[in-house]
Amino acid sequence: MTAVLDVRDVKKSFGGITAVNGVSFDVQEGEILGLIGPNGCGKSTLFNCILGQLVPSAGEVRVDGKLVTGQRPSDLNRLGVSRTFQLLQVFPKLSVRDNLILAGQEHRGSMLSRLFGPSDAGLTTTADQMIGFFKLEHLANEPAGGLSYGQQKLLDAAMAFMGGPRLVLLDEPAGGVNPTMLGDLKERLIAINRERRATFVVIEHNMEFVMSRVMVMAEGKVLAIGKPDEIRANPAVIEAYLGH
Amino acid sequence: MSRHSKMLLVALAVIVIAGLIIIPMNFNRYGLYILSQWAVMTIAAMGLNLTLGYAGQVSLAQGAFVGIGAYGAAILTTHGWPLISALGLVIVVCFIVGWLLGYPALRVQHHYLAFVTLAFSTLAFLVFRNESWLTNGIYGLSNIPRPEIFGFPTRKPLPFYYLCLGSLGLVTLAMWWLIRSPWGRAFMALRENPIRAQSLGIDTRRYTLMAFAIGSVLGGIAGVLYAPLTQYVDPVPFNLQLSLDLLMMVIVGGSGFMFGPFLGAMIAVLLPEWLRFAEGYYLMLYAAAVIVLLIYSPSGILGILDRYLSSRRTQAASALRAAAQSKLEAAR
Repeated sequence: MTAVLDVRDVKKSFGGITAVNGVSFDVQEGEILGLIGPNGCGKSTLFNCILGQLVPSAGEVRVDGKLVTGQRPSDLNRLGVSRTFQLLQVFPKLSVRDNLILAGQEHRGSMLSRLFGPSDAGLTTTADQMIGFFKLEHLANEPAGGLSYGQQKLLDAAMAFMGGPRLVLLDEPAGGVNPTMLGDLKERLIAINRERRATFVVIEHNMEFVMSRVMVMAEGKVLAIGKPDEIRANPAVIEAYLGH
Repeated sequence: MSRHSKMLLVALAVIVIAGLIIIPMNFNRYGLYILSQWAVMTIAAMGLNLTLGYAGQVSLAQGAFVGIGAYGAAILTTHGWPLISALGLVIVVCFIVGWLLGYPALRVQHHYLAFVTLAFSTLAFLVFRNESWLTNGIYGLSNIPRPEIFGFPTRKPLPFYYLCLGSLGLVTLAMWWLIRSPWGRAFMALRENPIRAQSLGIDTRRYTLMAFAIGSVLGGIAGVLYAPLTQYVDPVPFNLQLSLDLLMMVIVGGSGFMFGPFLGAMIAVLLPEWLRFAEGYYLMLYAAAVIVLLIYSPSGILGILDRYLSSRRTQAASALRAAAQSKLEAAR
């Protein structure tokens, strides 16, 4: 079976510093792969190489078998690859509903047809469903900038799913979220994973976050990859996190 | 927005439109000229508001596009072309030139982009001044005819003012429709967070180029009206000063607000006239008024209104929450 995401020997250097050094892994449909590692180990750089924000110095990235190395983020998104960011990235002046419509509109028709089509790109119903799914109904018309941090995290995650993606890369979705809100977020993500067979790659230090497999990075390389229990017991991983 | 607020807005719009149609009937030639100039400059400022206010791309070239439009209309109509045909050609030329001018914006931003567009503005001015075979150089082009619209001549100031006002109305409707469309949302996303916009599938390259192209077209349309308004064009009005004036109109009125350019152009075109009683001091008063305004409200005049409405919304929401909380406690 073709992997949803296949990363082969990806390298990324900045001058004399190699941030990502020959990383290879794949992710199968419906899987939730956790990506962990000490600060500065190259996780976010790897994400940016996969998502087209950075062009890898070497290596290949394939989505559903199609070579996408160096493609622009907007093209990748239209191929069904979506993401969230470590820091909040909602559009504060737009309402919650408009944020969601914006997140889905580029998947509807061509640029020209969107200009002459309905102002909501026919997405109000879908946006309202997503608002309901993420339990944000009472905030639908509020400007996103007025929401609490946790609510904005939920909105940020909801936006990643408006285009009906096959693969979602989540960068520390639990960061700074209170336990109640985190419970909501986990529940929603698991539901989307099961109901829509969406595949996730998650940068998350909290291993309680539901993961089918975990990949550990250190100094730009893959240190270990396996089930969460195996990773917890792996001496090399413990050493990378705690030092000698 | 509540139904009551919508009704109020519609009523206000009807009163303003009726006022703009009826009151100038009693104006003299000069009054009508100033009002026509306001309408023309508002169209140009609306174009810059799209490029800068909505899409977040700095441009100091809008005055050059007004110049391209004015020279295009002047050259073609003095050679027997109808104004409407000249308008069509100017729209095409400004769209292509504006699109090309957008390319640097894909690589540089902010003050670097401002310098690139400033260079274009200077280049356009040099073409207007030095390419005498086309523009008649510093002597300019005169005897620019005013058009007939559906058989109605606009030679006199009042009909020509109505032509400018009608054009402003059409451009406003088109802009309102554009801003409410998915394109408008994409332009705002481009301004607020281009990296997030890309990750949502928004082709920021195309939208950046489109923002420049459409903004430039509006500059060109303003120029097409400017030429028959003054009936004479020379290079001086289209130097960098015009681009700076248009930038000020957008910032003072309220960058990124639909009606910001209307107010900004009103202040830039009409306020100096109202301050004439101050004689030599009027420019100083004018500059002081602009400085005070921007210190008090960096988001322009409409920014003040926006802040007021936002605070009212917040107060109303807090009151609702408090009422719901007390009901909940009473039920317990």
